[in-house]
Amino acid sequence: MNDEQTLAVQVIAVEQVTPLIKHFTLAPVGGGTLPAFSGGSHIIVVMKGAGRVHKNPYSLLSPPQQLDAYEIGVRRMEESRGGSHFMHDAVIVGSRLEIAHPVNLFGLDKIARKHLLIAGGIGITPFLAQLEDLHGGAVPYELHYSVRSPEHAAFLERLQRCEGGRLHMYHDSDGQLIDFDALLGSQPLGTHVYVCGPAGMINRVIGTARACGWPDSHIHWEQFSAPPVGDAFDAYLARSKITVHVPPDQSLLESIEAAGVEVPYLCRGGVCGFCQTRVLEFDGELVHNDHFLSDSEKASGKHVMPCVSRARCKSLVLDL
Amino acid sequence: MSAVFKPEETFRDDFSFRNSAPAIRRFPLPFAEDSYMYSVNIEPHLPGPRGSVAEFAFDVDEHYVAECRERALVLSAEPLRYQALPHMMSSQWDCLELIMDSLSRDYPTHFSLAKQGNRWHWINRPLNIEQRFTFGDAASLPQQPLEYITRQAQGDFVVMDQRDGDLWCEAGMVTTQADWSLDFDLGMTFKEWHGPVPLAHELQVFDRALKFLLNLRLGQPVRRLNWTMTVHPRLDTSPENYPKWGPDRATVTPQNAGDLVHLRVELQGLWRLPRSNAIVFGIRCYLISVRELATIPKWAKRVHRVLRDLHPALIDYKGLTRYREAVVEWLAPFDDGAPTTPGAAPE
Repeated sequence: MNDEQTLAVQVIAVEQVTPLIKHFTLAPVGGGTLPAFSGGSHIIVVMKGAGRVHKNPYSLLSPPQQLDAYEIGVRRMEESRGGSHFMHDAVIVGSRLEIAHPVNLFGLDKIARKHLLIAGGIGITPFLAQLEDLHGGAVPYELHYSVRSPEHAAFLERLQRCEGGRLHMYHDSDGQLIDFDALLGSQPLGTHVYVCGPAGMINRVIGTARACGWPDSHIHWEQFSAPPVGDAFDAYLARSKITVHVPPDQSLLESIEAAGVEVPYLCRGGVCGFCQTRVLEFDGELVHNDHFLSDSEKASGKHVMPCVSRARCKSLVLDL
Repeated sequence: MSAVFKPEETFRDDFSFRNSAPAIRRFPLPFAEDSYMYSVNIEPHLPGPRGSVAEFAFDVDEHYVAECRERALVLSAEPLRYQALPHMMSSQWDCLELIMDSLSRDYPTHFSLAKQGNRWHWINRPLNIEQRFTFGDAASLPQQPLEYITRQAQGDFVVMDQRDGDLWCEAGMVTTQADWSLDFDLGMTFKEWHGPVPLAHELQVFDRALKFLLNLRLGQPVRRLNWTMTVHPRLDTSPENYPKWGPDRATVTPQNAGDLVHLRVELQGLWRLPRSNAIVFGIRCYLISVRELATIPKWAKRVHRVLRDLHPALIDYKGLTRYREAVVEWLAPFDDGAPTTPGAAPE
């Protein structure tokens, strides 16, 4: 939440695991151990680039009992504003980074009768840590992992070693698609479904599960949105009495922070709701890109999530 | 605080519990001003001033040995004061680690912890306990991990699982409580558990507290103070034992109130737990007789005014109805009506 509470880490290994994904291993500077965490947790990685600080969330994929180093997977985003490019291009073995303590917004339900895990692409990462807890436990589980083609199947060795017959792979290149209707329509009562992947996959799982009669409490998903690029706009911070300019490739949150105003946050990806900010006035359109506010809350225009949302406004006044 | 333990003092029968002069001065008075109403009075659980009850994560004071013995007495009569649902085992280990790490770091003369991987060696000198065990293997301890470590800790502990956008009270050690029952509340959600609290629901205190706690972060514990009053220094005022302590409230008079009635303050701490993503809620009870309180002139005035002007719903909820007026009368001679200085610190 506050930069003072970050942990200093050093990159001790970098591996290109697919054409798009790099696997980073981060050990505490000066040795020792990092805080314990639960499967599904993410960290915020603070990247100090040239003239620009990026703070991106990445799921921890290392085993939760492994505390001498954390591991993350970073997919190179085509439309990156710089965070994933920085990780791919500038971060090498020996690089130092700052990270925040792990936060879990995507934990396994401890009283589930069965866990159904559905991953698309880089969305496999939180499940890698969770599988460590599920492996050898009494609760049944299945992992359905969909990738573009075999060469894009990151961390497959780790999955095959752990999971045996519980792993179901799907390659788009071979026309293998997850049959969500069949999968979600045939699960025993008490099953929880977890999905992490592209927006289309998440929406498909949520929609299908609801149509099959799943209660919302049994449907879990996580997708960190990168802050989308958009038109430049200005925001007036009423309590601080300053105007901040938000350029096209910077988020509202980043612009506010650059002006020296602190906003509490946890995920920086439109999921947790922690940075929710009251909108006092606006003249135009709020561009909500978060997954936290309901549609009616978005329509009411009373709040905005500055981590991912933007505005197309002549004026925007925030309660900050 | 480097306290001298008072292993013989009691919280039942002859009630020999007393506070030393240093213990009185460090008492966590919950009244920063001359009146009291609920607020979401949560603050970061950062190290407090040297010698204060908040100096360390878990305060070990002169009552430590006696309180652990009192807990053992309660448990021997009523084992269900400790309970944990099966899915709470990883949070039990988290709690054990949190308490052992904190005590051995903060009170190295009393407690030691050596770790070699999962092979741990724990020494508790005040209770004369030495234990080698395997972290993560419940069979290597004489009790379940949460029971084992909270038998060696002051204060109650409740562990809340986080799921479905709520917190569920699903494990705990509760023997020093202000009239609530773990056995009754086990399995409840956060708001169900706090259902009996008056006014606070209307003030949306629990909506805000729940939202705050769901986002509680690892490494950033928080604390708050809560309070009530108890006749005699009785730690175990449980609903299960109401027949033993309820009638005491009818024995208070304006003459004996200073000795019989005790202010009961809870230092409540909340920690996110790393492996389980659960939250442990520590409820540490401090007792002080009204006579001991009145040795601090500012506190005598402060407590007199708070009790005199307390909201009627809070008088009932805190169980003070029968004897509040006697305490106010006992304290009245200490209150000259002069202003008090802001804050709770003794002058």
